[in-house]
Amino acid sequence: MTQRIVIDPVTRIEGHAKISIYLDDAGEVSDARVHVVEFRGFEKFCEGRPLGEMAGITARVCGICPVSHLLASAKTGDDIFAVTIPPAAEKLRRLMNLGQIVQSHALSFFHLSSPDLLLGYDSDPAQRNVFGLIARYPDLARGGIRLRQFGQEVIELLGGRKIHPAWAVPGGVREPLARENRDYLRGRLPEAFDTVKAALNFFKRYADEHAEEVAHFGNFPTLFMGLVSKDGGRWEHYDGWLRITDTEGNVLVDGFDPRNYAEILGEAVESWSYLKSPYYKPLGYPDGAYRVGPLARLNICSGMGTPQADAELAEFRQRGNAHGVVTSSFMYHYARLVEILAALERIALLLDDPDILSTRVRASGGINKLHGVGVSEAPRGTLFHDYEVDEHGMVRRMNMIIATGQNNIAMNRTVRQIAQHWIHGATAGIPEGLLNRVEAGIRAFDPCLSCSTHAIGQMPMTVTLIGSDGTVLAEVKRE
Amino acid sequence: MPRTLTINGQEISARSDQTILEAAQDANIRIPTLCHLDGLTDVGACRMCLVEVTGSNKLLPACTTRVQEGMEVRTDTERLRAYRRQIIELLFAERNHVCAVCVANGHCELQNAAIAVGMDHVRYDYIFPRLSVDLSHERFGMDHNRCILCTRCVRACDQLEGAHTIDVMGRGAKSLIIRDMNVPWGESTTCTSCGKCVMACPTGALFKQGSTVAEMVHDAEKLAFLKAARERKVWNV
Repeated sequence: MTQRIVIDPVTRIEGHAKISIYLDDAGEVSDARVHVVEFRGFEKFCEGRPLGEMAGITARVCGICPVSHLLASAKTGDDIFAVTIPPAAEKLRRLMNLGQIVQSHALSFFHLSSPDLLLGYDSDPAQRNVFGLIARYPDLARGGIRLRQFGQEVIELLGGRKIHPAWAVPGGVREPLARENRDYLRGRLPEAFDTVKAALNFFKRYADEHAEEVAHFGNFPTLFMGLVSKDGGRWEHYDGWLRITDTEGNVLVDGFDPRNYAEILGEAVESWSYLKSPYYKPLGYPDGAYRVGPLARLNICSGMGTPQADAELAEFRQRGNAHGVVTSSFMYHYARLVEILAALERIALLLDDPDILSTRVRASGGINKLHGVGVSEAPRGTLFHDYEVDEHGMVRRMNMIIATGQNNIAMNRTVRQIAQHWIHGATAGIPEGLLNRVEAGIRAFDPCLSCSTHAIGQMPMTVTLIGSDGTVLAEVKRE
Repeated sequence: MPRTLTINGQEISARSDQTILEAAQDANIRIPTLCHLDGLTDVGACRMCLVEVTGSNKLLPACTTRVQEGMEVRTDTERLRAYRRQIIELLFAERNHVCAVCVANGHCELQNAAIAVGMDHVRYDYIFPRLSVDLSHERFGMDHNRCILCTRCVRACDQLEGAHTIDVMGRGAKSLIIRDMNVPWGESTTCTSCGKCVMACPTGALFKQGSTVAEMVHDAEKLAFLKAARERKVWNV
């Protein structure tokens, strides 16, 4: 008899998701699905609102990565205004996005995922959180918390607040960077570098010692997509061309203006999830599945563009396949740390840039186009905002393609692979550590369903074994 | 002829043509208001300035009640505080006020009033009416979702600019601020685009085009300056 195991809710992610694991007659895993069961409706209720409000409203999509939406929205506004923003405004937006990458990645790695790695998947759930981490590894935990704080300070000193700053606007940014704030951030950099280097050393050792983890943790071929710089195809986070590569490192799409994304990306809808599943159109659904985010950005770029991160990239690729492509989703963690290092190097460069204190930071403009697209790299991957407005700037139609959605197919495959590798004859019962391993597969993608409550520790989780006739065969609860 | 009265037990003197609100302001006694704006006539619409007067069994709006000799006024009793909070809650329930993403966030009299009355939640069901946003004017916009129907814009347009482009249509909570015979703002033939209505607005209902979150600062005090300067003929033309 076919059985279904349900993990509901998935813990240590934001929002509401559950996992269904389908078992065949022998109790072996036949399939697994991640259901995102929350519905937000931003694309609907933004209709009929003025363009100027979009950055502020869409930033509210997420409390972890509001800056990503802020920037994508402001860029969409730039496109509709048809203006070139002042050079200082672009540099300041880049600075804030780098701060966002540092704080979001630090949160994902140190607060959310490192308890699994450092304390063990099977360790006591009551301790398997950031507090347990502080008790066992106080220096690393403190360093991670302070690293995240640094990223948030970058955001706060530019936008006036850590979360949801209404700072980037169509045409540029609202406030320049004050000299004393620039100097303060400079002083915080050395400690941030030390922390991320220590984490990199730890992770590399861990990955070498846990080859089974790496091999069966969402390790499969997909395409990879992201932005690369317009000159030289280097790592990019704010503005560039779209590039898509495959597992052999072949470049399928390059030099592509991301504003024309609809030509190459389709969005499939599955009845079992509110999360859409974007795919690369020429290969169809689901073969056109691609991954975005840190792992993809490192796989597609020709280099990081800064010396320390480039050295780490070389080492990262040595851990990949024969083509230097890293296919295990477990390595998202690794890629995240390399990106923190790259972000810190770039922050250092920007803080030394003579333009960074310029007060000319906002171009004025009106409604010069009725359609605009803004694309940037969120910590979790490529983010698209696409608005149609009327001649007065009223939003008539809106589409957002969120990074997490683009990883939807890959997250499902990851969960299936982990479940198939670790769960056998599940009728005998389901150990808690096993559930955590399945969830950790989702966590590796750091889905933007991520949530701050997560850092406090446990959310209740229920795993239910359901027979094909709908009867509950067994239930495991974690309070 | 001066009048002597007490407000909250404090003895004050006032001119006979002054309202309780004006007398209180002169004596540095704060009475909360929303529809009142220095420089415009008062209409007693919002009821935030209701006060207790000894001998009257009903509450009286301080903005439209003249002082009288020997009047005993109380402006800050438990009953008044309860009513004021109720008024603010009803205003929030009546339309769609979303401070977090509002252009007037941090510069809004309704928001300040909610903080002042200690509104930590709204006890009434929100109505969530479907209301439109008018962006047809080149420089200004009107969002009916954020309008509290105080009519300060109507009075500023009529009494200070003299255009009387703006008026009120409909009844009760379903009333709407309109231009001319309910035409899109950009099509009004009488609007001079002076912007006084935008200055007068206490919330984010009237705003400059292109305003982003928390960016709309109203310069309401300019209107009082304008009126005073005219009355005193400071420009000599």
